[in-house]
Amino acid sequence: MDFTDSPEEVAYRTKARAWLEANAPKHPSTASVIGEEGALDLDDMARAKAWQAKKAQGGYAQITWPKEWGGGGGTPIESVIFGQEEAKVGAGGGGYFQIGLGMCVPTVMAFADDATKQRFVGPALRGEEIWCQLFSEPGGGSDVAAASTRAIRDGDAKDADWVINGQKVWTSGAHYADFGIVIVRTNPEAPKHKGLTMFWIDMKSPGIEVKPIHQMSGGSNFNEVYFTDVRVPDSQRLGAIDDGWKVSLVTLMNERLAVGGGSGLDYSTIMKLARSLQTSTGSALSDQAFRQKLADWYVQSEGLKFTRFRTMTALSRGQTPGPESSIGKIIAAGQLQDLANAAVEMEDQFGIIDDPAMAPLAAAFQGGLLSAPGLRIAGGTDEILKNIIAERVLGLPGDIRVDKDVAFKDMPRGR
Amino acid sequence: MNFDYSDDQKFLKTEARKFLDAACTPAVVRGVLDDPARSYDEPLWRRIAEQGWLGAAIPEQYNGLGLGRIELCAIAEELGRVCAPVPFASTVYFLAEALMLAGSDEQKAKLLPKIAAGELIGAFATSEGPGAYSEAGIQARVEGGKLTGVKVPVTDGDVADYAVVLAKEAGRSGLYLVDLSGAGVTRETLKTLDPTRGVAKLTFAGAAAERLGPAGEGAALAEAVMDRAAVLLAFEQLGGADRSLEMAKSYALERFAFGRQIGSYQAIKHKLADIYVKNELARSNAYYGAWALNAGAAELPVAASAARVAASEAFWFASKENIQTHGGMGFTWEVDAHLYYRRSRQLALVAGAPAVWKERLVSQLERRNAA
Repeated sequence: MDFTDSPEEVAYRTKARAWLEANAPKHPSTASVIGEEGALDLDDMARAKAWQAKKAQGGYAQITWPKEWGGGGGTPIESVIFGQEEAKVGAGGGGYFQIGLGMCVPTVMAFADDATKQRFVGPALRGEEIWCQLFSEPGGGSDVAAASTRAIRDGDAKDADWVINGQKVWTSGAHYADFGIVIVRTNPEAPKHKGLTMFWIDMKSPGIEVKPIHQMSGGSNFNEVYFTDVRVPDSQRLGAIDDGWKVSLVTLMNERLAVGGGSGLDYSTIMKLARSLQTSTGSALSDQAFRQKLADWYVQSEGLKFTRFRTMTALSRGQTPGPESSIGKIIAAGQLQDLANAAVEMEDQFGIIDDPAMAPLAAAFQGGLLSAPGLRIAGGTDEILKNIIAERVLGLPGDIRVDKDVAFKDMPRGR
Repeated sequence: MNFDYSDDQKFLKTEARKFLDAACTPAVVRGVLDDPARSYDEPLWRRIAEQGWLGAAIPEQYNGLGLGRIELCAIAEELGRVCAPVPFASTVYFLAEALMLAGSDEQKAKLLPKIAAGELIGAFATSEGPGAYSEAGIQARVEGGKLTGVKVPVTDGDVADYAVVLAKEAGRSGLYLVDLSGAGVTRETLKTLDPTRGVAKLTFAGAAAERLGPAGEGAALAEAVMDRAAVLLAFEQLGGADRSLEMAKSYALERFAFGRQIGSYQAIKHKLADIYVKNELARSNAYYGAWALNAGAAELPVAASAARVAASEAFWFASKENIQTHGGMGFTWEVDAHLYYRRSRQLALVAGAPAVWKERLVSQLERRNAA
């Protein structure tokens, strides 16, 4: 165990820091991962894209990807080091590309032909094109394999087009994405996992309609996406027909690594707030009950940080990170909710004020309180993640399934 | 950066597990549990000494193995897994660490080789009654090299040869080394939550005491010893927490209710996932503590506090939910679940309760923040 940089790591950090000092944007993008901002801010997106392009040029976009695909050809630890240094200069903006580079493009790289990869990987890496992931549906959120959006072949030719009809939901960034990967039902006669197929699609295809969802937090980062007779060439298929579930597992395996991002609110932020609030017995930081909770948050945050480091060590030793990375989101989301609420209650009557001009720290805690429920659901609910840990890490039995061997069309469904 | 045991350390850990699986079976632990006259297993203690573990982190000049603290952490984790009924922590994490931290060359030369050889059991005595001790409240007094006062509870005080005692001399606190076989020492064995470990009340009536470390630094030195011990104890707690999870898991797989394995119900699955999450966070904090301890880093007080808080919570949670998962069987004397429940209390209290460490952690953070 060594929590200090090796000489090589010191050299890399020095180089990365120098590069960041010379290149980091003066006015970075401020978009958050969960998207609390109101309407899409095109200027903000432009700033994020410019920064992504610059990183790609410097070899700092996707540090662990091979150089032949425009990556940095670096190690997972180097990626962590760059991330730490990038956070220090507050460069921001990565949220627009996280889903594409973390989930969609790796899926394309794993299943598409060379020409397709040549066409898409570079532009995505440079931030020129943004991707979204079209999995969840009104009838299946946690249960992705229950997708009922239908793709039917137009004719019997071997390379006949597909025609897609149906609806996706909770699609992050669909309102600004250029491309997406979509999982659709190609065989309703087969059990649900065996009749799905994956395609990549152009989000500007005729018949695609994107409607932003008004979140309880006020923002609109997620969308409903409607497909009406959307024509997709068979060349856009990823993986074999009816084998889309296997393809989706590659995408989802990367999801929890990608969604684990922090909210920026942690023990140090609430400590700052507590220090600034006076009570009848001194600053709120002197309250014993609060100090005990503060210690718990610190221990959780640090534990999480070092758990990520352990994952990186496993990666750098050539091991595949397992589902244990699910821990990150369970802890981060739950802690955000607890911590934001503790802060709001600490502000007492004033805590109800959600106006950034008045509330402490520009209403960051009020914002966190309202976005936390989304974080506990997006990218795998707490409950699904616990199932994953129980089944795939601990080896406990899967739930009793009433849908496993039933043809999809005969599967019991609610509204 | 590297956030895992090295291959050599993993090898040591695997070997330690093999050894303890054979040498420290549940029957050995229960031998101590069920016999009020015994507070540790002597044959196991001797065999542990033969392995060289008592001197793992003691420098070679004092006949130790001269390995790092991380190797000691690996051993601690394995001892925790099997609820080893031996005075390892008192002797190695407390006495040996206190000597290495504050001992004179003479004190080290006199006692460290004996510790390494398994010829000497140690104890660390700070508490004098209910509630966390404070420097101001310490009543034990040293005058002209003679100690007077009461320390209670003292883990392994019933069998220890030497104790490090926190006491006051001319109004200032100090750590004192006391030969417990000397005159003026009375021991009274106490009934505790964890009968697999020995605990005593020590009464000193003019017992010979020599100072360990500078005068007036007793409370600070005691904290520094506690920091070191906290990291090592965290690994024992981690071992116990992981073992509790394994026990819960295997019972959840073999026990059927309503025609299914109970481990197929989400109420059980999510409970065990919660244990897993706490254990992993505790492991990560413990690793950071191990690094800080081994490197002698300035971060040690914060890292040790975090390691102790996380490990205490994890072991408590794992051990109580392991009993719950076992249902009625878990409440029986025969099932080992209660051994871990008891040990989780012993380990969480022996170096100060979690609330004390949380406060210590936050004060450190305040100081760091102010600097």
